[in-house]
Amino acid sequence: MTEYRGWIHQRQKELMQQWYARLDESARTGWPPAVCLMISGNCVEVLEAFGIVPIYPEVNALQLAIRHQSLEPILTAEEFGYATDNCAYVKADIGAYLMGVTPTGGKLPRPVLVLCNFVGCNTYIKWFEHVAAFLEAPLYVLDVPFLRSEEPSPADVAYVVAQLHEVVQRIEEITGLRFDMDRFREAVRCSQQVEELWSRIKHLAQRAPSPFDAYFDAITLMGPLYVHRARPEGVEFFRLALAELEAKAARGEGVYDREDFRVVIEGPPPYPYFRVFRDMFARWRATAVASTYSTVGGLWEFGFRHDPEKPFETVALHMLAHNLTNRSYLQRYDQIRRYVQQWHADGVIIHFVKSCRLFSAGQGDMRDYFTKVLGVPTLYIESDLEDPRYFAEAQIRNRVDAFFEALERHKHAIAM
Amino acid sequence: MDELLRRCEEIIRDVNFTTVRRWKAEHPDGKAIAYFPVYAPVEVIAAAEMLPVGLHGAGDQLELQHADARFGSFICSIVKTTLELGLTGHLAPFDGLLFSSICDSARNLCFVLKRNFPQLYVDFLHLPHNVASASSREFLRSEYARLKAALERLAERRIEDEQLREMIVRYNENRRLIRRLYEWRAEEPHRIRAWELYVLVRAGNFLPVEEHTALLRQAQEGFARRQAKPRDSIRVLVESAFCEQPPLGLIRLLEEAGCYIVEEDFTLGRRWFSEDIPASGDPLWALAESYLERSVVSSVRHDGRRPRSRALIEKVRARRAQAVIFLIAKFCEPAYFDYVLFKRELEREGIPHLLLEFEEKMYTFERLQTEVETFVEALFFE
Ligand code: SF4
Ligand code: SF4
Repeated sequence: MTEYRGWIHQRQKELMQQWYARLDESARTGWPPAVCLMISGNCVEVLEAFGIVPIYPEVNALQLAIRHQSLEPILTAEEFGYATDNCAYVKADIGAYLMGVTPTGGKLPRPVLVLCNFVGCNTYIKWFEHVAAFLEAPLYVLDVPFLRSEEPSPADVAYVVAQLHEVVQRIEEITGLRFDMDRFREAVRCSQQVEELWSRIKHLAQRAPSPFDAYFDAITLMGPLYVHRARPEGVEFFRLALAELEAKAARGEGVYDREDFRVVIEGPPPYPYFRVFRDMFARWRATAVASTYSTVGGLWEFGFRHDPEKPFETVALHMLAHNLTNRSYLQRYDQIRRYVQQWHADGVIIHFVKSCRLFSAGQGDMRDYFTKVLGVPTLYIESDLEDPRYFAEAQIRNRVDAFFEALERHKHAIAM
Repeated sequence: MDELLRRCEEIIRDVNFTTVRRWKAEHPDGKAIAYFPVYAPVEVIAAAEMLPVGLHGAGDQLELQHADARFGSFICSIVKTTLELGLTGHLAPFDGLLFSSICDSARNLCFVLKRNFPQLYVDFLHLPHNVASASSREFLRSEYARLKAALERLAERRIEDEQLREMIVRYNENRRLIRRLYEWRAEEPHRIRAWELYVLVRAGNFLPVEEHTALLRQAQEGFARRQAKPRDSIRVLVESAFCEQPPLGLIRLLEEAGCYIVEEDFTLGRRWFSEDIPASGDPLWALAESYLERSVVSSVRHDGRRPRSRALIEKVRARRAQAVIFLIAKFCEPAYFDYVLFKRELEREGIPHLLLEFEEKMYTFERLQTEVETFVEALFFE
């Protein structure tokens, strides 16, 4: 076992179970009401203001994959009409619904609203259209203008804020609940605190050795981040996680007994082979010091925070500009470049994921930029985040090994 | 008539963009802006005294040498051939490239091009996906205003409302003619062949609107004069080839295998509106409002008020189609997603359908031919 398994691991499990228990309760009793939402750039604070529990189909899909249960639902969905080339997250989620299974065996509630926070990923819209059609639930597509310049324009912000107000009204109409401004501010305050703590954790990885792996371990932290960001449990979790990792850093402990390589990883992980994939890097004592995937939920290490003084406006800004998926492809190049430079990485690993064009379309150009323009050693590998059929283990291992061998030679050459 | 169609075919195959080069030679200050499918507000571009050009990949005219490595596996062909056009210098006649929010691959392509061609004006339009919201009108108007300002900077001249209204009038006329041809074709599919209408309409992507309108009128007269006898064919609606375009040979194959194509969504951008855009008042508002209220149904435009699967059934009924053929570009994710709900709805309604996958650069069709023939035969003997 290479990765760090302390208190954080245990507590994240409990928090995820807590979330599934709430969903189960909602399914059995109808209370609290549930609303479907996407992970990236969402407005969960609005739901918290109503005491509504979010259903995240993406989290369900990844849970299925990491438990090696994704293939059957994927095949079921394909039989139903989905193509081999559709995003397998969607197929696993819809397939599981068609089969009547859930990741934990508990029940999933019927959402009172399917709220699609469209932040760049086109699949989000199609996915939620399908969820709404199958569950016969109302759909609201909260359209977030894609970030096509450095900053969102006032018109972009106004458009999103107007839609947030429409969402509030829709939920009031559907549930008969009243929107509670104080609870909303409180939720926004929780998010603000979680973001601050999470950002400080990320910055700990700038040290050598890094006390945690900002790809593989970050994924453990992302569960609670997604399902409890706007809740006091989230704040408590990240406070203790930061304290624990700071203590580790103070003792000079890294992920391995020695930190031989520092890399930045781009792209989601192959969840069906999560362990196998991790071990490929562990063999080389290679630590990911930063990753783009861990900024899907929100990009906070460069300073943005929600603000309870401007709750609607900052929720809108978060959706528009401070999550990976709604930012432009070139902004992603720049994000990785900053990671390489400020987090002192030796190279970049690009994981091309078949399912996800949002991440993958153009990653060959990205590699071209890093190797040719910046002269950063780059490894490009292909598989999938959800579909186990696309993981060619031996081939990927060979490429990873070859990459680190070359990197080692390179380091020696520099040292001599 | 044959001569006219041959010319159109030549225009759409021409990856050297001769018509664009010619226009630029005639308009030394003029700029050409290419837009990636499916829709772009061409009126704004034309009002800047620029030539809007609909770019639909390179078909089978280019061997991929560079773009494959940049985009990798599992990405549709049009994205790659468009980049290849750029990397091989074919986009030289263009001063700008315009994209919109149709899918994730196209979105990333926009920014890859931007990095590789820093001298070009490359822009991305966000067309609203929440057309039901009261706020989307104002938003889209501001988006068009942003485009207008960018084009004004590029052209170094102001775009007057009067010019915009004039362009709305001209494009309305062009679209009206196309709509009429489509209706006529649905009435007399033996008179107007699908591949003919296709090359006629698509040629408009590369011509100034007035020139294309004249060409359509000429074709209209030609079709009217034509002696044509009905064939033994079934009426089909072709769906899903809204972005990457099927090879001409494949369209011909469908007809030869016994299909009257009475409706399709090829080059949808050229007939994007189901009725005229108002040519009075604030033109940007009229364009925005029309996108939200008068657009045709498409897999890349999301309208929460009306499921696209219902709209498909209505389209089938309106055109009295007996079956639907889905022509999906390989790796085209929006088309594949929509197929699931389309299929469910068609099955509920008892409408037969067939799914075919293509690539723009395909040139042999034996397998597809057998599939289509079997499908058509089964319908004949029903
Ligand atoms: S395409 Fe990518 S970002 Fe979109 S839902 Fe699928 S995995 Fe998520
Ligand atoms: S063919 Fe489909 S996937 Fe490819 S760019 Fe067009 S819409 Fe996107």
